[in-house]
Amino acid sequence: MTRSTVVELENVNVHYAKNWALRDVTASFPAGAVGLLGPNGAGKSTLIKSVLGLLSPDRGRMQVLGLDVSRAPLQIRSRIGYMPESDAHFPQMNAVSFVAYCGELSGLPRADAMQRAHEVLFYVGLGEARYRAIDQYSTGMKQRIKLAQALVHDPDLLFLDEPTNGMDPKGRDEMLELIRDIAHNKGLNLILSSHLLPDVEYACDHVVVMDKGTVATAGPIAGLKGPAGRVFELRIKGDTEQFVTTLRAAGLECHATDEDIMRVFVPSEAGAPLLFRLAAEQKVQVRHLRPSVPTLEDVFAKAVGEE
Amino acid sequence: MPIHDQGYQRYGGSRAAQGRAWWVIARTQLLSVVKQRRFVVLLIASWVPFVVRGVQIYLASSFQQVSMLAATAQTFREFLDQQGLFVFLLTIALGGAMADDRRANALQLYLSKPLTRVEYIAGRLVPVLLCILGVTFLPAMLLIVLQIAFSGSTAFISQNLFLLPAITLVSLAQALLSSFAIVALASLSKSRRFVSIMYAGIIFFTAAMYQVLRAVTGSRAWAAIAPGEMIDVIADAVFRIRATPPVPVGVAVLVVVLLIAASIWILDRRVRAVEVVA
Repeated sequence: MTRSTVVELENVNVHYAKNWALRDVTASFPAGAVGLLGPNGAGKSTLIKSVLGLLSPDRGRMQVLGLDVSRAPLQIRSRIGYMPESDAHFPQMNAVSFVAYCGELSGLPRADAMQRAHEVLFYVGLGEARYRAIDQYSTGMKQRIKLAQALVHDPDLLFLDEPTNGMDPKGRDEMLELIRDIAHNKGLNLILSSHLLPDVEYACDHVVVMDKGTVATAGPIAGLKGPAGRVFELRIKGDTEQFVTTLRAAGLECHATDEDIMRVFVPSEAGAPLLFRLAAEQKVQVRHLRPSVPTLEDVFAKAVGEE
Repeated sequence: MPIHDQGYQRYGGSRAAQGRAWWVIARTQLLSVVKQRRFVVLLIASWVPFVVRGVQIYLASSFQQVSMLAATAQTFREFLDQQGLFVFLLTIALGGAMADDRRANALQLYLSKPLTRVEYIAGRLVPVLLCILGVTFLPAMLLIVLQIAFSGSTAFISQNLFLLPAITLVSLAQALLSSFAIVALASLSKSRRFVSIMYAGIIFFTAAMYQVLRAVTGSRAWAAIAPGEMIDVIADAVFRIRATPPVPVGVAVLVVVLLIAASIWILDRRVRAVEVVA
């Protein structure tokens, strides 16, 4: 495991009854912010449980922060923070007591846990509401308090499970800003499990896409999306069929999208000037030409075999 | 610029060694219940019998005219028997914490922290155990101290040396059975109230069933279905009370051990079944 890798899995297999939840999963989660994507049943939750040391894999080896999961699950849990997807808190506590209690459970001395609780509650934006009973909190506030309890003991790695679930657009933006700040400015590593691809795209640099218990694809988001500008959206005025034939004869891949817009893949560095030259030669008028920006959605759809 | 940076700071302080989280859980629960007035009232009330017995020992030691009140081994056996009501009430008052945890999805938070399942269960068990021992073992031992102090001699304890292990054994049996049973029941439900009803139901229903079956069949062996009766059999045996037990003491011990083992099995299954990721 390299220094820049926070989680590493080697041929990990986990099964429930007759179903394989993870099948020969080999993956590396680099330092920084990594998105964990996948449709329901892809094995994301099983992977997180295994990494937390709460599930023993049938086969394979897992390392978190350089520690073997099977040998040091408690040491690992003392260095990670986990924000669950579902609503979870300790009954009959206000936010400060709750977060401080989580700090104490993670090994912080009582006074330090209380001080850290105040600090992280301010950081997540709950400074003024920290003495209110948690039962009175809105969904957005509950999400923030879950983030605070995951941060209170200053973990080296954060697992965030659907952190923006149930939040209004403003709250969602603020939460994403926090997550981005944690990963990019505070030196913490995080793994963000979400089905909201724009959230992952905004907050993360890398992504691991899971499907049917295996890793479908993984890597830096920018790399997976490919360089922008090599695919163009194009609309012309003139003989479309003739022009498509010309493009294909020139070695360009061409697909129709909507009624009169086509997507043209230009493999070389020639780019837009080549398209203009071919259009001029065929005497067709270019009415619309725009570089098509690939999204994480494209990467995800391709990885899980969706059209 | 703010006087104190309210941004996220890295923590450079010390961290406790692993294996102490159970005490954090237990202490937090104890601190939380002592803030409740009704719990404090119950705790005070549970010490009233101790005061009464203390006065009895004082009078018997100080005034020859009331020497018939002098403490015997039977006095301590009766005292522990009287405390049964408070043991029942305290068990119900304290035992539902795991049900609250289940209702608030707190188990997944606990299990994502550096603590084992055993530590979590111990953290929920210890407050019940301590409070029960606090109204049985502790006052019974203090009564022995009072007996020695008021009589000015150790003659009583020398003649009844078996009282020390007897009080310890009976208090522990009662505390372990009650605390394991209520915590196991709490792991089955998300409602503290339902847990209390289930616990009370088991105690009263088994006692009532015993009486009915005894009346119908004429056999006292049916006492084995009532946990309270089994504790009485063990208590009578260790306090050397001359009474014919409904079942041999070995059977009573076996029933208590089996009930505790069943509770541990339930707890293991229920806490293991928690989904950390929903």
